[in-house]
Amino acid sequence: MRIKATLAGLGLCALSVMTAQAQTTQPLKIGFLAEMAGIYGAPGQDQYDAFMLAVEERGGKLGDVPVQIFKEDTQFKPDVASQIVDRLMDREKVELFTGLTYTHIALAVYKKINDKGGFMIASNTGPAPIAGQGCVPNFFASTWQNDQLSEVVGKYAAEKGYKNVFALAPNYQAGRDFVAGFKDAYGKPLLDEVYTPVAQQDFSAELSMIQAASPDAVYVFYPGALGVNFVKQYHQAGLSTIPLLNTATTESINLPAQGEAAMGAVNGSFWGPDFDNDTSKHFVEAFEAKYKRIPSQYAAQSYDAALLIDSALRKVKGDLSDKDAFRAALKEADFKSLRGDFKFGNNHFPIQDFHIFEAYKDGKGRMNVRRIATPMVQAQDKFAAQCPMK
Amino acid sequence: MSLFVAQILNSFQLGALLFLMSAGLTLVFGIMNFLNLAHGSLFMVGAYVGATVAAKTGSFTIAIIAAIVATMLLGVVAERTLLRQLYARDHLDQVLCTFGLLLIANEAVRYIWGPSPVFINVPAMLDGTVRIFGQNYPAYRFAIIVAGIVVVLGLYLLISRTRLGMLIRAGANNANMVSALGVNIKFLNTVVFALGAGLAGLGGLLIAPLVSVQPGMGEPILILTLVVIVVGGIGSIRGALYGALIVGLIDTAARVYMQIGLLQIFERSVGQAIGPAIASMLIYILMAIVLAFRPQGLFPVKHG
Repeated sequence: MRIKATLAGLGLCALSVMTAQAQTTQPLKIGFLAEMAGIYGAPGQDQYDAFMLAVEERGGKLGDVPVQIFKEDTQFKPDVASQIVDRLMDREKVELFTGLTYTHIALAVYKKINDKGGFMIASNTGPAPIAGQGCVPNFFASTWQNDQLSEVVGKYAAEKGYKNVFALAPNYQAGRDFVAGFKDAYGKPLLDEVYTPVAQQDFSAELSMIQAASPDAVYVFYPGALGVNFVKQYHQAGLSTIPLLNTATTESINLPAQGEAAMGAVNGSFWGPDFDNDTSKHFVEAFEAKYKRIPSQYAAQSYDAALLIDSALRKVKGDLSDKDAFRAALKEADFKSLRGDFKFGNNHFPIQDFHIFEAYKDGKGRMNVRRIATPMVQAQDKFAAQCPMK
Repeated sequence: MSLFVAQILNSFQLGALLFLMSAGLTLVFGIMNFLNLAHGSLFMVGAYVGATVAAKTGSFTIAIIAAIVATMLLGVVAERTLLRQLYARDHLDQVLCTFGLLLIANEAVRYIWGPSPVFINVPAMLDGTVRIFGQNYPAYRFAIIVAGIVVVLGLYLLISRTRLGMLIRAGANNANMVSALGVNIKFLNTVVFALGAGLAGLGGLLIAPLVSVQPGMGEPILILTLVVIVVGGIGSIRGALYGALIVGLIDTAARVYMQIGLLQIFERSVGQAIGPAIASMLIYILMAIVLAFRPQGLFPVKHG
């Protein structure tokens, strides 16, 4: 009798220990794929920092369930990204991914993750194939479709009535796409367009061409270090009197190095640190306090990705086994985005406003950006119609 | 017309930079028969040291001195400890060893300064434009041209008017004979190497305010430098000067006029697509032609 009671007691103990373990040792696993180092590393670092800020603010939880983040460097190589996805999905049973800094990385892994039943929230890419015919149910973008970032600038140029616009970009697919997107929305032929070799850092010859052509405005897409060099050289050549319109060039990541040479340049984006809603104000304050720098749009879209995951996990109580329920929860996008109104279109890309931001010196003496116009209101990307999803 | 003037100035600016690089490389090759692929690394180190010192002290002058001194010291140490062993070996050994040094240098700066690019600003005095031939031109780029002219004159005086210069010329002509006449050829080698290293470091520092200072920044300029000394004639300072000007002119002009020219022949989209491709090929085509028809270069060392 005593023995039986003891055994029963032990059994109960074991049971309670087991359930306790199940609660504490099984956090929800999230794969964070991004470029973490090198000249392509800056956006990835901002994405990661902002995502972790959201996780830390919630005590290591998203949607009230503990999460474990697998931070993986995809090294700008699609094959590396593909191996990481295999390892995380097969060995670690990861079913939720975010990050995906670059288009070619996203294109390399998105079908595989989707086909194996995983979900991804891309927080820095919006490739046309995924927005259009190649759309898949488990891919969500907390960002934009690539073309929209130059369309908004093209619209702005048309609204300002610039007659002669000179466009420059690096000579590769994204460079040509952004100029094409700009031209599309601008609607008039450009004065000239010049594509520079990808590794070219010195723009002396091209700047002289601009000077000789004396356009009303210049449009460029020079991301990262190229953008710092271009803007400094543009200023040195005495061209600052010609408005410099751009995509991904005079943005928070580059502004400290560009300094006053960037003054007055305008870029197109979906969000800026001067946004007046509560989420945005809280985010900017918390990010600056923790990381001592102004958050970029990369940080903003990754913070939104964390909020989206938070809202969807809460709806399904941290249970990913019912795929349809989790997908529906993501699609609802029931969270307060730092960009204001947020909803997903049929292709799981956001329908949102796009704005123009001007580089200026803020109250603390730092180079920063502020919104000066909103040429695109509740815009959906032009590829959504090609996506068969409802 | 104004575009033409600006492009001539641009090509002089690139030429000045290429001359700083190729003068050292060609002298080292001419006198020691040594091919130094790590020459681009000295350019990179000059840029990094200069950028760091400029940021710390706020003085561009001190940065110039620091960049030159640091690269000269680095050059002397490398020459004394390692490279000297390779003078008698064949070119393949030299290329392999200095290529290894180049990789080590890239990783070393990545370790010390981090993988992200470093940026410095143009000195305030030169931040703006100057008016030349009725044309606004960036003052800093003009200063690079002036620096190039100063170095050309300095090297000319050093080589044609001093005893050291006489020995360098003699060494370039026949190093064994110079040694047999009782000259300390080892010391002469070190001096020449240090001189070349210092000029490369100066070049790196001068370009630093215009481009991003990052690991591997020495390689593109090293390749252009090799084109310059092949076109100009290996071992010849005069060849390095003319070669640098020719390559600077072709590279700069091609980027502008190739596209304009192609647009006359093809429709717009085609011209815009192939213009940049052909423009970046042009100097290599020139090098191939020179190698095929005049392998000693256009301005070789005069013998006898």
